[in-house]
Amino acid sequence: MSDNILDVIDVSKIYGPVKALQNVSLSVRPGEWLAIMGPSGSGKTTLMNIVGCLDSPSLGRVILDGLGLDQLTAGELTAIRREAIGLIFQQFHLIGYLNALENVMVAQYYHSLVDEAEALEALAKVGLADRAKHLPRQLSGGEQQRVCVARALINHPKLLLADEPTGNLDETNEGLVMDILHGLHRQGGTIIVVTHSPEVAQHAERVVVLEHGRVASDSRGADFSDPSGASQTA
Amino acid sequence: MRGVRVFFKMLIRALARQKRKHLMIAFTVGLGVSLATAMLGVMFDVGDKVNQELKSYGANLSVVPKGASMLGDLYQSREIDSGADGKANGQVDGRADGRASGRADGKANGRASGRADGKANGRVSGRADDGTISLDDNDYLPEDQLYKIKMIFWAYNIVDFAPYLTVEVQAGDQTVPLTGTWFNRTINLPTGESVTTGMMALKSWWTLNGAPGDDGAPLKALVGSELAKRQNLAPGSRLSVKGPNGLSRELTVAGVFHSGGEEDNGIVSTLALAQELADRPGLVQRVEVSALTTPENELARRAALNPGSLSRVEWDTWYCTAYISSIAYQIEEILPMVRVKPILRVAQSEGAILEKTQLMIVILTILTLLCSALAISNLVTANVMERSVEIGLMKALGASGLAITALVLAEILVASCFGGLAGYLVGLGLAQLIGLTVFGSWVAVKLAVIPIGALMVLAVSLAGSLPALRALLRLKPTEVLHGR
Repeated sequence: MSDNILDVIDVSKIYGPVKALQNVSLSVRPGEWLAIMGPSGSGKTTLMNIVGCLDSPSLGRVILDGLGLDQLTAGELTAIRREAIGLIFQQFHLIGYLNALENVMVAQYYHSLVDEAEALEALAKVGLADRAKHLPRQLSGGEQQRVCVARALINHPKLLLADEPTGNLDETNEGLVMDILHGLHRQGGTIIVVTHSPEVAQHAERVVVLEHGRVASDSRGADFSDPSGASQTA
Repeated sequence: MRGVRVFFKMLIRALARQKRKHLMIAFTVGLGVSLATAMLGVMFDVGDKVNQELKSYGANLSVVPKGASMLGDLYQSREIDSGADGKANGQVDGRADGRASGRADGKANGRASGRADGKANGRVSGRADDGTISLDDNDYLPEDQLYKIKMIFWAYNIVDFAPYLTVEVQAGDQTVPLTGTWFNRTINLPTGESVTTGMMALKSWWTLNGAPGDDGAPLKALVGSELAKRQNLAPGSRLSVKGPNGLSRELTVAGVFHSGGEEDNGIVSTLALAQELADRPGLVQRVEVSALTTPENELARRAALNPGSLSRVEWDTWYCTAYISSIAYQIEEILPMVRVKPILRVAQSEGAILEKTQLMIVILTILTLLCSALAISNLVTANVMERSVEIGLMKALGASGLAITALVLAEILVASCFGGLAGYLVGLGLAQLIGLTVFGSWVAVKLAVIPIGALMVLAVSLAGSLPALRALLRLKPTEVLHGR
């Protein structure tokens, strides 16, 4: 039995003639902050979808918190998503007709019990207590992303998956979001951030670079240098 | 509890956010339900309405004395069955009072030979090969017992009835039938109720020039249009008639009627006058009854052949349903001296028209609901597709297919319920409009339509939502959340 919270073992994802992932293997320890980098089409999002139980590999195995995902039914995968994973998206994806507080409470609703005070506290932690009753369209991009972070963290997930969390943010808001992730990391949270930004990747302890669906490099933060071309590709 | 609150918050917000779409769903359901409610309302009431319409074309039961009926059966004649429609009156009457009935006699002895030998005492005989068949008082019905027809189990379904007694009279240089009847008689029942009944309501298709007959004026009579033409009679004219017993009466023509049948060659007077002229006080030859009936089915047909063949449960069902055969049976129960025969043409027409009308309404209702379901299907599918990101997000957050389905279905059902309620109310109005336009009367509001309407809303909404729900369950979050 591995001590890792995540083991990706020889995973491939094949869409017809396209091999999005080819024999990718990596492990993540509890409390680790991992950045996955790579140019567009390198397979970052595909890997994140597989790890986040939103997709399944064509070949290989994924073991999350000791559970082999390939053994689980669709309902069980949904339960894993609900119980163990927090998701942050580049495009925020808030429900437009619910206010900030209700968007956070929706995650509680699907997880277990709804606790308005706790949801409000989660918003306060991301600096949005005073914006709790605002609809997404009344919030800036940075504020929307912070609501998305609060929603991802409200159920205390074992693994936080962030897909380009600062991709649509200005520098100030990027800093705010990264501060929140640092706070979570300090508390022992496990974070995987998918990004093509070296600046964002530099916050991580470890950086995995994907190219053409394969792991091109896997390095500790101190050893990480901007891989050529990665930051220029959208 | 807060979970329920979040659910309802999401539901209400979703409804409010997509007002136009949900209004369209409500409108579509409302349209379907309004048409279905109207048609079902009419369908449930159409039996009574069509029955009432058909009642205007005459009686559907003929009540005759057992003796006269046996005579008819002996000659294998069906005229008694059809006598009540007016055209065969002369033939039935001819047999009953002994006037020459060429058809009946011809069938019996192979030649057309009828002989009236009972003119003096009102008894008449028809000659058969083996002798003379004569009618006596047992071949008549007592007028004072006829009120019992309105005292059977299905009394309220007896719309009208009228007794008849026909006698040949001499009018000028012609012998013409004079038929006595109740024009519009009010009779008191032992129950304390009173009913008004008579020929005027039974023969509603007759056209009348002049005043209707009056039961209180025995010397006023209605004259058939053909007779009036031959004898140059008009309302107010005087007409002298002489009965077979030699009794003469001077009549005043109250009105001239046109029936389109044999009656146009005769006179219609009060029953009292006919009884006086025929020397048959207190007696009638036959009674026509118009009853509201339920269309015949297999059970009714079996019962009509032999009520004894039914099981206890079947018998109870048959007896307590207003089949024409059960009403006939009940009249025979209460008046043992009579034989009641359905006028099959009318009864069968009623059943056939009702069944076809109801089948047509059911088919139209189903088609209407199918159209609604298809329209809802399009609307809901468009709704789900438009909200695919939201649904994908819910799935990504860990919502089960059931939870998302419940939310979407709740939205549709809320919209459908509002639409259904509005549609039901509009449908009630439409039903009245149809009732007034087609039948000239209000359509009764049947409570049975409410649960049927609720089921229709549910069925249409669910059926319409199925394709969209299927798409919703198949939707993959990965396909909608990463818009790159």
